[in-house]
Amino acid sequence: MERIPILRMGNFLLVTIQVDMHDRLALQLQDDLTQRIAEWGSTGVLIDISTLEIVDSFIGRMLANIAAMARVLDAETVVVGMQPAVAITLVELGMSLTGVRTALNVESGMELLYELRGAFRPESEDEISQA
Amino acid sequence: MARQRVRQWALELRFTLVDQTKLVTAASELARNTLDHGKGGQMVMDVVEDSVKTGLRLAFEDDGPGIPDISNALRDGFTTGGGMGLGLGGSKRLVNDFDIQSEVGKGTRVTVVRWK
Repeated sequence: MERIPILRMGNFLLVTIQVDMHDRLALQLQDDLTQRIAEWGSTGVLIDISTLEIVDSFIGRMLANIAAMARVLDAETVVVGMQPAVAITLVELGMSLTGVRTALNVESGMELLYELRGAFRPESEDEISQA
Repeated sequence: MARQRVRQWALELRFTLVDQTKLVTAASELARNTLDHGKGGQMVMDVVEDSVKTGLRLAFEDDGPGIPDISNALRDGFTTGGGMGLGLGGSKRLVNDFDIQSEVGKGTRVTVVRWK
């Protein structure tokens, strides 16, 4: 079945959403992420949506849900890379993603996670593994 | 899916990126309504022109249960489907013209236009 890959980097999980998200895929990601957080004890989740051309209320809700579920599992979520046109549309739609932390790009998103969790930084490439 | 076709047409009409994004997002919301509430239906897309401007018109039609109280359905936060209740009201804000007709037991038709 089609799945969005979840990368593990030290205590953090990285997800890059590069495909046009359809609803089933979004729900699958929600399930997979919560599983991984519980399994690996991850303390941070970074979701890169820089290639997403639209975020509608369904996907917005999925992002908010992931952040809420992760928080309950003691992990912080940062959504990074939203395109300006998507941001304009999302706010006009009525969704301001309250409760979801955001950063402009992957780099500042990672910095924010380190700041929030003060977690150890992975020393070598060996510690990066794929789910 | 509906989103790709709308994007393609909006590109051909040379909508700005923000307008494209708004229109495609509105189409996504309305198509989801048609599927979730209307039990499936169809989208008809055409180019409309008046004396000064060009626009893209999308019509979503279903033979579903219809909407008993349209003004309620348009209100943000009102939902019967367990979502956020932003679909109808939100997509109305993303387009220029918005028309909804619905008859209980017969179905619903939503027509929107985004002018360039």
